[in-house]
Amino acid sequence: MTGGQIQGNPDAAEVVLAARNVAKSYGSVHALKGVNFDIHRGQVTTLFGENGAGKSTLMKILSGVIQPTTGDIVLDGRPVSFANANEARDRGISIIHQELSLAPNLSVRDNIFMGRELRGPLGVDFAEEERQVRALMEELEEEIDPLTPVEELRLGQQQIVEIARALSVDSRILIMDEPTSALSASEVEVLFKVIRDLTARGVSIVYISHHLEEALTITDHAVVLRDGTMTAYAPRDQIDLDWIVRNMVGENYDLGSPPDSDKRGVALSIRNLSVPDATGKDLVRGLSLDVKAGEIVCIYGLMGAGRTELLETCAGRLRATGGEIVLEGQEISHLSIAERIARGLALVPEDRQRDGLVQTMSVGQNLSLASIASFTRGLFTSSRAEKKLIDDSIRNVTVKTSGGAAPIGSLSGGNQQKVVIGKMLATKPRVIMLDEPSRGIDIGAKAEVFRLLAEGARQGLAVIYSTSEVSECLSIAHRIIVMHKGRISAEFDSTVTKEKIMAASGESVAA
Amino acid sequence: MSATTAPAAKGNGFSIGRLLLEGRAFFALIAIIAVFSFLSPNYFTVSNFLIMSSQVAIYGILSVGMLLVILNGGIDLSVGSILALCGVCAGAMMQGITLDWAGVILYPPVWAVVVLTIAIGALVGALNGVLIAFFKVPPFVATLGVMYVARGVALLMTNGLTYNNLRGQEALGNTGFNWLGFNRIGGVPISVIVLAVVAILAGLMLSRSSFGRWLYASGGNERAAELSGVPTRFVKITVYTISGALAAIAGLVLASQLTSAGPTAGTTYELTAIAAVVIGGAALTGGRGGVRGTMLGAFVIGFLSAGLVIIGVSSYWQTVFTGAVIVLAVLMNSIQYGKGGRKS
Ligand SMILES: Nc1ncnc2c1ncn2[C@@H]1O[C@H](COP(=O)(O)OP(=O)(O)OP(=O)(O)O)[C@@H](O)[C@H]1O
Ligand SMILES: [Mg+2]
Repeated sequence: MTGGQIQGNPDAAEVVLAARNVAKSYGSVHALKGVNFDIHRGQVTTLFGENGAGKSTLMKILSGVIQPTTGDIVLDGRPVSFANANEARDRGISIIHQELSLAPNLSVRDNIFMGRELRGPLGVDFAEEERQVRALMEELEEEIDPLTPVEELRLGQQQIVEIARALSVDSRILIMDEPTSALSASEVEVLFKVIRDLTARGVSIVYISHHLEEALTITDHAVVLRDGTMTAYAPRDQIDLDWIVRNMVGENYDLGSPPDSDKRGVALSIRNLSVPDATGKDLVRGLSLDVKAGEIVCIYGLMGAGRTELLETCAGRLRATGGEIVLEGQEISHLSIAERIARGLALVPEDRQRDGLVQTMSVGQNLSLASIASFTRGLFTSSRAEKKLIDDSIRNVTVKTSGGAAPIGSLSGGNQQKVVIGKMLATKPRVIMLDEPSRGIDIGAKAEVFRLLAEGARQGLAVIYSTSEVSECLSIAHRIIVMHKGRISAEFDSTVTKEKIMAASGESVAA
Repeated sequence: MSATTAPAAKGNGFSIGRLLLEGRAFFALIAIIAVFSFLSPNYFTVSNFLIMSSQVAIYGILSVGMLLVILNGGIDLSVGSILALCGVCAGAMMQGITLDWAGVILYPPVWAVVVLTIAIGALVGALNGVLIAFFKVPPFVATLGVMYVARGVALLMTNGLTYNNLRGQEALGNTGFNWLGFNRIGGVPISVIVLAVVAILAGLMLSRSSFGRWLYASGGNERAAELSGVPTRFVKITVYTISGALAAIAGLVLASQLTSAGPTAGTTYELTAIAAVVIGGAALTGGRGGVRGTMLGAFVIGFLSAGLVIIGVSSYWQTVFTGAVIVLAVLMNSIQYGKGGRKS
């Protein structure tokens, strides 16, 4: 690529960083097939695409994390190549990764300044670091203490720390790969305010999200990737939701509506449940909830409302201090996780890296992990029965993979999420709890998962799912529960409006 | 031994580079055999291989137990001491157990000695497991403690002395203890057969049983395994128990080969076992590795040191060589597991 060609382009003055004909292959997998991508100064470019389209791969190439197989990166009109992410960071490019990359044992402060500690006369200037972290948290409107170890934070808070770390670098180009997947609407609103401040100062942003409406409110340019090639590009005034969906997947998806199912008997009954955190403060306070067989219940709430703790307690990970959990008429509080799964109660956890996947195992072994007993004949496992289970699961939840033997790390983020969902569905549960199941999956897959759940409900499956996206509440759920500070603050049927749900969650209704 | 492949490698297509990397322990073994056969005419003989193999058996049995523990993401530093303690216990039983209150001396038959000894080893291993799984003591610390305690108890039991002459007496009906260490079936030493049986059983367990799958999963990501219904504590206690029992078997084989049992036997054997597992390609972080690799690792170490003895290299150099092989192996591990995914 010659400089002349780039200057010949009317947009050239604005383009700060660009990919030219970039391709990336992993063996026989072609993640990117010759992509051109421009980042404009002081503007937000959003990148849309299905799971496995190559979005993260492209961003990793632009930020020096990986190197392209062929093609060039052009920074300020000149071709460059980055040997690693540090080189790119020194040139003003930083990235928020899709999967969190924090050191859990270190404090928030140490994570934010990891690898570029501030020097003072006596070693590291911790006081100054702490001051800067407090300032960042104030900007993000979060109450996170700089000295808390990251492992004690909830997933959403960890994502905030990740964002703060990228902001603290003062880069000219900031790449955000699904920064909001664990955040609730009001936190996203704050982030968008920060993004607008940044662009006003001339910082260029790349933004990736599967929350399409949300991304539309911030974007200046939209680019759509499909199967490793760029299929569409347009500035803000020419795009709408329909345009994105049409270019991304070719047809419009509907998240569905509550299925008609005859709701027989209570499947899961939670009575007066209280769950404390490590310091003894109650995260769930005397909560009661009945879910019938065939019923779909959505739990909406802000970060920290206690949804994850509620679901993890039902699954057996956390211990309650009071109350009962009754599954199909039997008290199960004393049972182990394995026994609960065997009785048909399954949890799809929120944090797929930490709680969902075994990174050392293959896609297939992850999918079959929770139902080993079903393909064990006598002493040994039957590889034929296991293969059938794996193939069925891959088909059911539409995992994009080269096969069951592929390493789990070779899947795109959204496909990893589908593996976690498929794993628990393979246990043939009677009650399934999904904590933020749509985290990181594209609209097509989301519709597919919801369709699977609705189909299950029709056959008597009880479904509980939590979400931070209001539009997901108003889809297949028969009933919408809003949680606030460990209690149920409101309960609606499927005819409720978005505004009412958000108001009940203690969230200021966004414009 | 195809049944002992780690399931992670199952079903993959093979490329030459991958084959070389994954088969590195195998190629190292071939290289060692070739070099020493060239240097000494006495190396490449059936009798020498059988002698070397019966020496490898002790380390091999220990390293199978160590492999299970390492797959779980732990480490077992106590196996050398358990080996000594169990050897001493077996020795004590062979010499007769004096029951003061009854005024008699009991001479249990050899099979009972074997069973009791293995039970003692398993018990000490289970103690490791309980400390680690229920009291959350880090494996390194728990097994380090048990290493000292077991060694101390062995020294106390014998006052630092060694039980000699464990052949038993016809009159007492407890002969046959040296069968394990001396006899052969079809020319193959019993100890090697014991090793083969242990390795095949462990290989089957890892690749075909649900327990094997639980073990790989909890070693890879314990939280995720637990939420998928894997009984992670049970898995933990079981692997340490098996490791203890295998240390007891190794102790019996050693005592039988020497027809004596001393409290200082097996010192630093745990390190050799760890080395065999690492050379065999297992990741110390857990979740990756297999019996086949570990067996190759044990043979690499055993054949290397035996070869060095045969060509007359000083034992100091042996130590240097063994160390170099271990570092080299870990280097290869980080190529295979670490950077491998990023660059290709
Ligand atoms: N290390 C790897 N080895 C093999 N294949 C890989 C590797 N990393 C990515 N891929 C493949 O490259 C393709 C693109 O992946 P990428 O992570 O860029 O998708 P994505 O658009 O970010 O999807 P998502 O929305 O799910 O995050 C996928 O098919 C994925 O399986
Ligand atoms: Mg991605």
